[in-house]
Amino acid sequence: MRHITEISSKVEPVTFVEDELELSFRYWYGEHYGRFYAELRDNRRILGMRCEKCGSVLLPPRPYCGFCHAPLRTWVELSDKGAVDTFSIVHTPNAKELIETPYACAMIKLDGCDVPLYHLLGEVEFKDILTGMRVTAVWEEVRKGALRDIRYFRPSEQRSIRSD
Amino acid sequence: MARRVGVIGTGQSKYEDHRNDVNTPELVREAALAAMSDAGITPGDVDAFVIAGASGFPEEISFSENWIGPAIGASGKPLVRVHAGTNVGANATISAFFQVASGAFDVVLAASYNQRTIEDFRFNSMDCCDPLWDLGFDYPQSTLAGLQARFYLSRHEGKITEEHGAMVAVKNRKNAVLNPCAHVRSEITVEDVMNSSEVASPIKVLDCSRVCDGAAAIVVADEMKARKLNPAPAWIAGVGACSESRSVPYVDMAYPESCVRAAQQAYQMAWVYEPASDLDTVEVHDTFSFQELIWCEALGICEPGTAGKFLELGGSMLDGELPVNPSGGVISTNPEGASSMVRQIEAAMQVMGKAGDHQVPGVRRALAHAWGGAIQYSVVTVFSSGL
Repeated sequence: MRHITEISSKVEPVTFVEDELELSFRYWYGEHYGRFYAELRDNRRILGMRCEKCGSVLLPPRPYCGFCHAPLRTWVELSDKGAVDTFSIVHTPNAKELIETPYACAMIKLDGCDVPLYHLLGEVEFKDILTGMRVTAVWEEVRKGALRDIRYFRPSEQRSIRSD
Repeated sequence: MARRVGVIGTGQSKYEDHRNDVNTPELVREAALAAMSDAGITPGDVDAFVIAGASGFPEEISFSENWIGPAIGASGKPLVRVHAGTNVGANATISAFFQVASGAFDVVLAASYNQRTIEDFRFNSMDCCDPLWDLGFDYPQSTLAGLQARFYLSRHEGKITEEHGAMVAVKNRKNAVLNPCAHVRSEITVEDVMNSSEVASPIKVLDCSRVCDGAAAIVVADEMKARKLNPAPAWIAGVGACSESRSVPYVDMAYPESCVRAAQQAYQMAWVYEPASDLDTVEVHDTFSFQELIWCEALGICEPGTAGKFLELGGSMLDGELPVNPSGGVISTNPEGASSMVRQIEAAMQVMGKAGDHQVPGVRRALAHAWGGAIQYSVVTVFSSGL
């Protein structure tokens, strides 16, 4: 074996290796999410669950309470109207570029539900968006069984004080 | 009875936008060797290793511990990798703490890192979404932070303003100038922040940390070994960790229960009764400026809605009554997977009196806070100069 005493400084080092992946993923819903999305798609109904132990009305529908972890059995139909809990005007593009920027998003407390829903706001000037603003869901005509079967929430015709 | 555990060495790599001069194992090795050298030990003296990186997805390879282990001397030793959102580094230290406290091992090294391999940076934090729920919206961490900041501002209308967020960024960037390890070391003004472009309202570019590549490491040891190796270790006096239901809606973003509970656990263990007076300095995970105010309130340092006033009066300044982020915080140095461990390192250094120009005089107890995931994880660690 030849012993090398000096590494040539004339060589241009190789600095990186590149790799590329094209991937797709599939997450299984299970019974509760499955029913929720089917109702959204087929009947334009938003179903939540009520905890008989702590009384909370919850989304997403899961077989256990997110607050007290009691088993959940009671389905309830939620209103597609609610109030803006918090909002943001987003200027950064999303990783998958699913939504064109800038757009308004919000946490919306649907009437009767104890936890807010993340969704988009539409048919409203950014400057007119306020916390506590009443909003109503605008549904897609063609629905696939996903939260975005609701196109966005628009301001309700009559503004009123939050009921919750 | 759990054994007492002390931090005997800490190490940080050089932080840069991109550390393209080294590969990932070498980057982690840089911090690990620095920590071992600081502790006066070699890899042979370490009984077990814990590795932490942020999400596995952006780095493509799934088992980075296999790759990194040999570079830090873990071959032939127990090695695990922990996973817990951006507070992963803090969890690695806590994991090392439990391994020593339980009596399983005497000396454990925890290392954390961030070296982005993905071309499209936007994928870095895409996994904030719940795949079963809001995957179709694909929102990044900054959107979540915008919603959180607006929620906080609305709750404390008249008490907390957008300028308070800007003031946090200004304070921390100023502190970072004194910290040789910090990534961004230049001062800015409130006007700079307020005039910077909007990312996700009310969050503006200068309210955000700038993600960098880098690594951090921490060596913990049981009381006997710690006393032998270090004349003044930073004792881990209290640890607390808490998770909330995995769905953003459940979290009170302006006063996250996971943070309150993690603090309560750590305070109980460390005999902290009045955090504002019992602690001498705190390092909180300020990925976005407003978060420093929110965490200070959830940690019980300020009453809800008063963190802005505390900041205005200079209470959280480097020379204030309770300096917050004397290192410059995450807003100045954000090697994502390592940022939460850097909070612990900085708090431990303050307790050991080794923080140099950003040393707070006479620190006996320092707190490190970390958050992760969709604001539903929190970790709190209290370090103390005495047992």
